[in-house]
Amino acid sequence: MNGTSGNKTSGSSRELELYFGPQHLGMVGNFSITLKVEGDRILEARANPGFLHRGFEKLMEYRTWIQNFPMVCRINVIESGSMEMIYSMAVESLAQIEVPERAHYVRSIYLELCRVSSHLFGLWAYSNMLGFDTVAQWAMYHRDLILDLLEELTGGRVYNIFIWPGGVRRDFPKGFEDRIVETLHTIGSCVPDYNTAFFDNRIFYERSKGIGKITQQEAKELGATGQTLRATGLKFDIRKVAPYAAYDKVEWDVPVREDGDAYSRILVIRDEMIESVHMIFKLLEAMPQGPVYNRIPNPFKWKIPPGDTYVRCESSRGELGLYLVSDGGERPYRVHFRTPSYTNGLILLEKLLQGASIADVGNIMISLYVVAPEIDR
Amino acid sequence: MKQNKESETGSLLRPLKTIGFVLKKPQTLRYPFEPKEPAPRYRGFHLNDWEKCTGCGNCAEICPNQAINMVEIAEIQPKPGMKNERPQLDYGRCCFCGLCVDICPAGSLRLSRDYFHIHFDPKTFVFVPQDEKTDHEHFYPIEQYSIFKASLTHRRQDYEGFSPDLDFALFDPQRVPMKEVEPDKRVLSFVEQVLGYDREEARAEASRCLECKLCEEACPAHMKISDYIKAIYEDQPAEALRQIFEDNPIPSICGRVCMKHCEKACSLSIRGEPLAIRWLKRFVADSITDYQVALGQKTAEPSGKEVAVIGAGPSGLSVAYFLSLKGHKVVVFDSLPGGGGTLRVGPPLYRLPLEAIDKDVDYIASLGVEFRFNTTVGKDVLFEDILKSYDAVFVGVGTRVSRSTRVTNSDRAYLALPFLEQNKLGKPVKVGKEVIVIGGGNVAMDVARVALRLQHIQYPNEAVVTKVVSLEDWDEMPASKEEIEDAKAEGIQFNPGWGPKEIKVADGEVRGLLCMKVKAVFDEAGRFNPTFYEDELMFLEGDMVIEAIGQRADFSFIPQQILEKLEFTAWGKVKVDENGMTTIPGIFAGGDIVNVNLDAVTAIADAKVAAEGIDKWLRRKTT
Repeated sequence: MNGTSGNKTSGSSRELELYFGPQHLGMVGNFSITLKVEGDRILEARANPGFLHRGFEKLMEYRTWIQNFPMVCRINVIESGSMEMIYSMAVESLAQIEVPERAHYVRSIYLELCRVSSHLFGLWAYSNMLGFDTVAQWAMYHRDLILDLLEELTGGRVYNIFIWPGGVRRDFPKGFEDRIVETLHTIGSCVPDYNTAFFDNRIFYERSKGIGKITQQEAKELGATGQTLRATGLKFDIRKVAPYAAYDKVEWDVPVREDGDAYSRILVIRDEMIESVHMIFKLLEAMPQGPVYNRIPNPFKWKIPPGDTYVRCESSRGELGLYLVSDGGERPYRVHFRTPSYTNGLILLEKLLQGASIADVGNIMISLYVVAPEIDR
Repeated sequence: MKQNKESETGSLLRPLKTIGFVLKKPQTLRYPFEPKEPAPRYRGFHLNDWEKCTGCGNCAEICPNQAINMVEIAEIQPKPGMKNERPQLDYGRCCFCGLCVDICPAGSLRLSRDYFHIHFDPKTFVFVPQDEKTDHEHFYPIEQYSIFKASLTHRRQDYEGFSPDLDFALFDPQRVPMKEVEPDKRVLSFVEQVLGYDREEARAEASRCLECKLCEEACPAHMKISDYIKAIYEDQPAEALRQIFEDNPIPSICGRVCMKHCEKACSLSIRGEPLAIRWLKRFVADSITDYQVALGQKTAEPSGKEVAVIGAGPSGLSVAYFLSLKGHKVVVFDSLPGGGGTLRVGPPLYRLPLEAIDKDVDYIASLGVEFRFNTTVGKDVLFEDILKSYDAVFVGVGTRVSRSTRVTNSDRAYLALPFLEQNKLGKPVKVGKEVIVIGGGNVAMDVARVALRLQHIQYPNEAVVTKVVSLEDWDEMPASKEEIEDAKAEGIQFNPGWGPKEIKVADGEVRGLLCMKVKAVFDEAGRFNPTFYEDELMFLEGDMVIEAIGQRADFSFIPQQILEKLEFTAWGKVKVDENGMTTIPGIFAGGDIVNVNLDAVTAIADAKVAAEGIDKWLRRKTT
């Protein structure tokens, strides 16, 4: 080919197609991107999902209402809480099941614990990818402490299978409140260390400032939610916009940043963790006594009246939606999830990678907080 | 840059801060040398208490991954309410969600905190869980347990994790309450005590059924309980009635007085209240006004054969029903003025009104069965004549003669069955103001409660009392718990653990009953053989004594030369073969004279067998 310098048209010998695949360092999760690069500049990026397609939405049509409940949490491996929550919310709205007051609080506390654990996992991924191994190990260790709490509450560490239609599966074990407080204080006392080593670290700052920048307008247009949107200065959080569980029962704030870049996004995540911890303390204070479960009908005879519903909640990654249809039978007629990683990982990522440097691919992807199983489902 | 002030002001000495971490203890566990205890609620491998597990299979039914199969265990003997099947787990499929634990009605299935299994053979991942109660081989106390050997065959004792909790169970342990007439109101008349479920209540109660079918195996007649319960839940009472009539043609009667072996086997009864199967059957019978319209049953082509049925009790009615469906002509003889046999004259009106009996009897009559009431076999028509004029004879005469205690002056006592019978036939006995009933069974409860009602009717606004004396103590009293509770609520006084010694009579009037303290009701071999403390006596005042201590059959209508050929079992029951035929060819028998359960549903079960046997017998003779 007659490749002359400066010729950026397709087919130029200066262009190279780079497969940034699931095994690639810096790629977290089973996901890949096909990059068209010239030098170390990316001309075009194409996201390739599908490595983790398990067909959950179809599988759910073949399982009874209760049999679906242990399965939904598997859609997002990292944070099972909000998946369980959204399924329960949808079923409760279709079947008109009331949830006891205390269960709302238990749900909120559990969801916030899941959020913190998910954010710590995200922090591990981000710091690990950028070479901050120490911070990564701290984050992993602190996440483990929260998993210990989740294990004590639910019996499972990762797939907790805890929130179910009608409330939650078990009440707090004895003395659990104290252990939540103790663990969160342990983690909280390390925030200055995290700040010094990571968030305020000059190297990290230089590495992420201005990377993957997006304006509020673009974020809105491209359907971004969660940290990506809040990092552009918009206070948008489903927990505030359409409160569920016990989120309207206590005072709390939505942390935002203005710049819309990777650095702002990770700071929003940090602030959100701190806010979650404060919220848990307030919820623990305000939590009433009482039952935590309203018995659902006999699962072998449980039919939900025909109808459809769309419910949404704020997962650790943004707006999570579920469209659920019942035809009056023992199983869902149709299930569809709207997951935050779907927009972030496919639409936003492709846009932000245009013109970026190869070295920043992982950086941008992780700052968008993509979790591959959510995209594929 | 504003957000990043600190990084701008950092000094060269800052990295020295990390020296502090050198002094900190490592957070990493040196697993497995440092153990990590799973939480008390941990969801690990299954534990199953084989003694509590009923093999109901609900765990297998709910499992989202089909990881559980029910497998037969040879060493377990099945019995009513317990199958010999136990869950088998496939740990290649199990996701440890614990739904099986939350649905387990027995609470036998739990998850342990063991989570290690390493093996070269994938077959070992398919596993029938037990717990340390029955598996003494694979559970080790903590000092012998080693994490290096941990597997499904090397587990820790007392290591239960995720456990069943009734508050979070997936089934409802509470039954829909049944509306009843209050005790102070119902003792004033013979108004029916139980009011029955309405449609919504019946549907709600039916929705509790887990469809494990343990009840069907326990039911002597093997009724398709789970199917008709499901039909009730689906709001199709006519379909439910069709299912019931497959095995039981007297649902209106059975829905009121059945001994409900099914409810004793119901898996919900283990940790909660059993499904109200009897009341649901009653709901079906009561909610359908015309059986014929709902069932649309047609009898088969007439076979030209005629069968005589002696006794219009549950077994006689059922035999007549099943045989007439098969096209045989059936004639039923009974000395009473209506159908029902013992059930017509025994169970008091507050429990079984006559209309409820007649509803079932009328339907059977509508199928072409001929009833000859007020006809006593042996008197109005001779047994040997019946034998001659019919192709087969079914004897279901029941046990209709009351036994007496035969203590001193027992001739002054009333007997239970005549007492109940006279009341039901509209000629109530004049009762005393202080009635003593001897006996602790269901008949004694009937007698006492009838006597109490008669007292209230015959002596309005006067002080009256009814006392029950039974050999058995509270815990071994044979009467059903409900009956005892109802009787207590109505104000009947109980004297358990006392045996009758003498009925005191003075000036020709009954004055009371002298009782002895019971030492033991049963002897060492478990046979009924009461012994007493002769010196420990109690005197109960009373002006009327009724004996309700059991009844026996009366075969005096059968001529001696035929009776001689009839064989009896060790229990004193008529011996029948697998076709329900007695030792005399062509004579079949069923009901209380054959079985030891002495209840309606067992009589129906006998009748089903006998009807098949008679049909076979009749058709064999023709070919």
